[in-house]
Amino acid sequence: MFIAATVGVLASMSLVMARALMGPTVYDRVLAVNTFGTKTVLLIAVLGFLTERPEFLDLAIVYALINFIGTIAVLKFFEYRDLGRTRRPEADAE
Amino acid sequence: MIDPVLDALSWISILGGVFFMIVGAVGVVRMPDVYTRLHAAGMTDTMGAGLLLLGMCFQAGPTLVLVRLILVYAFLLFTSPIGTHALASAALSGGVEPYRVPVEDAGRADSLRGGENS
Amino acid sequence: MLRAFGLGAILFIFWLLLSGHYTPMLIGFGLGSSVLVVYLATRMDVVDHEGLPLQLGGRFWVYFPWLMKEIFIANVKVARIILSPKLPISPVVTHFRASQESDLGKAIYANSITLTPGTITTGIQGQDLEIHALTLKDIDGREEDEMDLRVRWVERGSKRDR
Repeated sequence: MFIAATVGVLASMSLVMARALMGPTVYDRVLAVNTFGTKTVLLIAVLGFLTERPEFLDLAIVYALINFIGTIAVLKFFEYRDLGRTRRPEADAE
Repeated sequence: MIDPVLDALSWISILGGVFFMIVGAVGVVRMPDVYTRLHAAGMTDTMGAGLLLLGMCFQAGPTLVLVRLILVYAFLLFTSPIGTHALASAALSGGVEPYRVPVEDAGRADSLRGGENS
Repeated sequence: MLRAFGLGAILFIFWLLLSGHYTPMLIGFGLGSSVLVVYLATRMDVVDHEGLPLQLGGRFWVYFPWLMKEIFIANVKVARIILSPKLPISPVVTHFRASQESDLGKAIYANSITLTPGTITTGIQGQDLEIHALTLKDIDGREEDEMDLRVRWVERGSKRDR
């Protein structure tokens, strides 16, 4: 059962990786990497069950949080540093 | 693990989760622009992860492992919309034009402005 | 004060659930770090009605199953769109009016919209939510109106005082 789940998750990860490689804008790549991270969380959890070591779930929790923070950090970098002007005036105060 | 009913339930939801994940990934590849891809990616975060973790919950039984699975899903549910929203607004302010179909009224009485004024 | 205590209790329960080792030393560490986090949070002034929305009480957990049901229905819809060979999408950007008063209620509403596949909140200004929807049919407004009502109920506790 978990082997099937692992194969499925890996297949969808490779599809998303294709989008990350060909995505026209940087946002497509960030989106793909974010989704890839979510799938990694699930892959870690499934692998924990596959090897019967549920301690892996702790890693999954931590990875979920790090993935979120990483995505937000990259987006903030591209919004305020590289692409210059922001839409919202209150954001310019930063 | 012993109970065949639980086993069957967990098979069903794990296969369903994998199905939604793969469909979401296909959507991420097929969709035309960033914003529509976000919809497909959101599918992975909610349903794919949810069903997959639910299936593992059936396998885990009432232990601390169950609590951790629920926590993983709770974190995903909390962070996924914020990430999606941040990505969408960053893409908007980064000047990526969403592919739009011109509409006057979206069939909704109190839609305020027609989508011109963002 | 009550909120700080509640935060401490929640953090300590969180520690107990995640740790799984119940020796006096580890429980002591858990207690110590909970108190430290509560102290830091109080100094950062984030323990308020937004940081720890205890005033919602159990109402959120009444709303949550309904939200999961909506998410499931919308997921099936979006999956069907993705799998159909013609890819029948007609993305639009439109505006909804949120009737919640507090920022917390608006955040719950906007995040619920984003969680439901097919609609994404891309911006919020005052009471005005900017929504990107995958198809025109998705935003006929019925689900969103009901969601709006329910979130207002979560926020205020009564359904009919507008």
